[in-house]
Amino acid sequence: MTSLLSPAEADRLLKAAIAGELPDDRGRFGPFGGRYVPETLVPAFERLEEGIREHLHTDEFQSEFVNELKTWVGRPTALTFAPRLSERWGAEVWLKREDLAHTGAHKINNAIGQAILAKKLGAKRVIAETGAGQHGVASAAACARVGLPCTVYMGAVDIERQAPNVDRMRRLGAAVVAVESGDKTLRAAIDEALREWVSDPSGIYYLLGSAVGAHPYPYLVRELHSCIGRESREQMMAQAGGLPDAVFACVGGGSNAIGLFYPMLADDCEIIGVEAGGTGKGLGQNAATLATGTPGVLQGAYTMILQNSDGQVQETHSISAGLDYSGVGPEHAMLQATGRVRYVSAGDEAALEALEELCELEGILTALETSHAFVAARAWAKENPGKRILIGNSGRGDKDMPTLTKYPAKVRTHAST
Amino acid sequence: MQAHERVSEAVRTANDEGRAGLVPFITAGYPDAKKFIETLKEVASVGDVVELGIPFSDPMADGMTIQRSSFEALKQGVSLAWIFDRLDEAKSDIDTPLVMMSYLNPLLAFGYDELAERALATGVCAFIVPDLPFEESEEIRKALEAKGLGLIQLVTPATPPERLKKLCDASRGFVYAVTITGITGGDKGLPDDLADYLDSVSEVSELPVCAGFGIRAASDVAAVGEHAAGAIVGSALVEVLERGEDAAGYLKSLQGS
Repeated sequence: MTSLLSPAEADRLLKAAIAGELPDDRGRFGPFGGRYVPETLVPAFERLEEGIREHLHTDEFQSEFVNELKTWVGRPTALTFAPRLSERWGAEVWLKREDLAHTGAHKINNAIGQAILAKKLGAKRVIAETGAGQHGVASAAACARVGLPCTVYMGAVDIERQAPNVDRMRRLGAAVVAVESGDKTLRAAIDEALREWVSDPSGIYYLLGSAVGAHPYPYLVRELHSCIGRESREQMMAQAGGLPDAVFACVGGGSNAIGLFYPMLADDCEIIGVEAGGTGKGLGQNAATLATGTPGVLQGAYTMILQNSDGQVQETHSISAGLDYSGVGPEHAMLQATGRVRYVSAGDEAALEALEELCELEGILTALETSHAFVAARAWAKENPGKRILIGNSGRGDKDMPTLTKYPAKVRTHAST
Repeated sequence: MQAHERVSEAVRTANDEGRAGLVPFITAGYPDAKKFIETLKEVASVGDVVELGIPFSDPMADGMTIQRSSFEALKQGVSLAWIFDRLDEAKSDIDTPLVMMSYLNPLLAFGYDELAERALATGVCAFIVPDLPFEESEEIRKALEAKGLGLIQLVTPATPPERLKKLCDASRGFVYAVTITGITGGDKGLPDDLADYLDSVSEVSELPVCAGFGIRAASDVAAVGEHAAGAIVGSALVEVLERGEDAAGYLKSLQGS
C-alpha cells in the first residue's frame, strides 16, 4: 500500500483507466479502493456487486434508466455559453448545467439509477446519507418515484446550515434522522447509515451518494454519473466546435467530478479538480483531502484522507456542506497519483466571491460547492488567456440561502451598473 | 507456545473448569486515561482474556456506548503508541492474555511490522479488526503471524456456510461469533435462534468460539455458555465503568458467583 507510483506504473494504470478496466476484480484503482467493511455487511456487498453485474448494463435496465433521465430528470442538461464571464476572464467559458437537473444538482442521476437497482434487487427500504442535503433530496425524490420508503441520515450541523433541503426531503416523503455523533456532518452521517445497514443487511438498500466507500460504490456511482461527461463532449463539439482546453469540477467525495472527468480522460485537455480550501492550510481548517491528505482507510476504501499521525480521521472545515468531508473517492486518488488530473483547492472567501460573480454576470445562482470550481477556473484563465474552458456547474445555490444571508452581497444591483 | 495459542488456551482452561470463558472488553483509557492500567488489572483479575479497544474517530460497527467511550478516550489523548507505552510499564503485573480490537486505520498508520513487535513485547496476543474482511487481510495477517500473533475473525448470523468455514479456518486465538445482525450495545436481548447459530459455528470451528454483542447479564453468559466456549462483554461493562461502579464485582456476577 503506497501512494507513490513509479512512472511506468502510473502510465499502466492510466491506460487501464482509459480502457475501462478499473476498478479491477478486487475493486481496486491501482493501490486505492477495495472493500473494508464489517463482516455483517460482506454478503450484502457481494449481493450488490452481483446485482450490478446482472442488471446495470442490460438493455432492460439501461432503457428504464435512460428514460427516467430523459423524461423525469430532464437530461441532457444544457451546455451554456457564458459570454460576460468569458469577457471578464479573457477566456471562452462553457458551463455544464447540472443545476438544471431535477431537484437541482447532478445527484439525481445516481439516486434514480440506484433506486431502480434497489427495486430490482428486492429491497424493502432505502437508506441514504447526505451532507448538503442534495443527495438526500434526490434520494427522497427517486424513492418516491420507484415506490420505496426512504430514510436519510444527516449530520446535525448540516441540518442547520441546509434547512431548506430538510423540509424538501420530508415533503418528498423521506424520514430525516439527525446524526448527533462524531463530527455531526457528512462523515458521521455515513457512519450512522452504515450502522443502520448492519441491522438489516438483506432488507435495506444503502443508496450511497458519492463516488466513495467500499467497492462497488465508487464504480456504480461513476457509471451512473458518466452521462455528464458524455453529454458534455457531444455538446462541446456541437456548440463550441471542439473540446475544451481545460475542464473543472469541484470535489468533495467527487461524484460530479468523476462523472464529468471519466469520459474525457483520453481527450487532449487539462483536467482539474477543486477541493475546499476552507479558511487555511492547517489540519481541520479545510477539506482539501487530495492536496493535503495521506493514504488511509476510511469508510470502506483505501484512499486519501485527512488524518493525524495516529490514524485518527480529522474534522474538516468548509463553507460548503457538500465538500466538507475527510475522504475522497478512490478513483480520484488514483487519477491524482497517475498525474492525469490535477487537484487544487479554493477557500471559503474566494468561493463566495465566485458565487457573486456568476450571479452578477450570468444570472446563475450556483451552489457553494460548485463555486469552488469557478475560483480555480478563473485563476487558470488568467494564466492561459484565450482558452476554452468547461466548468461542471454541479448544482444550484437555492439551498445555500441560510448560509448566504450571513454574507451580504458585496455586489451592487444591476440597475446601478 | 505462540502468542495466539495463549488466547485459545485461556478459554479452554475456563471450559475445563466447567464454565464459559469470560472476555471483558474495555476501551483503553476510558473513563479515565490516568487509571487505564488500574482498570485493566481489575477486569483482568476476573476475565480469562481481556479485549482492549483502541479508540477510533469513526467506529462504524459500534453503538452509542462504545462510540462515546472512544471519543472520550481520544479527547484524553489516548493513542496506540500511548497504550503500548502504558502496557510496557505494567506488563509484568498482567498475566491474562490481551487481544486488541481496533479499526484498521490506526493500525495502518502505526505500521504493521512495528505493531506486531510491540504487541508481542506487551502481552497482546491477537487482534480483532471489525472493518477488515478476510479478503483484505493478507498484509496484516502476514506481519502478525511472523510474530506468532493472531488475527481473530468475526462471523455473523449473515455469514453463508461456505464463508463460515473459510473464516473459522483462518481465525487464530478464538472465533468471534457476533450474536446479532447489528452494532454493539444492542438492548433487544439475544435472538431466539442463538443456540442453533452458535452450534453451527462451534461445529465448523476447531478453535474455541466466543460470542459477543448484546451480552449483559449472567443469564446471557449462561445461555451463550451452553453453545459456545466463551462470552464477550463489551458495552455493558463500559457502562458499569462509566457509572464508576465495581467492574470486577459486575464481571463476577456474570459468572454466577
